[in-house]
Amino acid sequence: MAKSKPRVKVPKKADKGEVIKIKTLISHKMESGQRKDKKGELIPRQIINHFSAKFNGETVFEVDIQPAISANPYMEFNMRAEESGEFEFIWVDDDGSIYTKKQPLEVS
Amino acid sequence: MKEITRRDAILLAVGLTAAATLPLPALAAESAMDELKKFTGGADARESGRITLDMPEIAENGNTVPLTVSVDSPMTSEDYVKRVMIVASGNPRPGVATFHFSPRSGVAEAATRMRLAKTQDVIAVAEMSDGSFHMAKAAVKVTIGGCGG
Repeated sequence: MAKSKPRVKVPKKADKGEVIKIKTLISHKMESGQRKDKKGELIPRQIINHFSAKFNGETVFEVDIQPAISANPYMEFNMRAEESGEFEFIWVDDDGSIYTKKQPLEVS
Repeated sequence: MKEITRRDAILLAVGLTAAATLPLPALAAESAMDELKKFTGGADARESGRITLDMPEIAENGNTVPLTVSVDSPMTSEDYVKRVMIVASGNPRPGVATFHFSPRSGVAEAATRMRLAKTQDVIAVAEMSDGSFHMAKAAVKVTIGGCGG
């Protein structure tokens, strides 16, 4: 499979105190470990097992993910905008890979 | 060594079939309850209406079923939602995901997409900062299961 590519949709600007909606998605097959190949052997599990969103280093949202989450895991959540800064989104793969994406936010 | 008679063979076959078919659904339901118990530490989770689990009544494709969970909470540092766990009672493995919120979340709401193997109840349990638990259920009919084969 091609390298996992994260995508995020975050407003660039927000008013102080406003609750903003954040949408994230990463391309990933999310192999559940339940499926069998043509020979009848189990295909080993490989999923994104954890997602976290940090703002200026502070964790604002986290998800522990099981194989029942669909391929190309999508996560939508909210944050109250208090100050300008930078988001960091982190996805952890079963194989140890870590995918990250950063996005600035301007609060006025 | 005792010879295996025809009668023994039939009894054995019946026994094995019973052993193979009976405990499986029971096990799946039990492990969903186990997951819930692990999450609540044995505390009661009430269906209080404070938590809402929004899912389609009929999912044509079990591979990707949208889910939105929201909890009625002011989300202040004194009173907020800590975690919300999603459990699928009819999946081969009932665990789905656990969302961790913080007062910074502003609103205790999250959405994702999940797999459903068959028609079943999906359960959401929220842990509040005061230590109480709240539960909601959604019944989803699945046309094509989503766990591969």
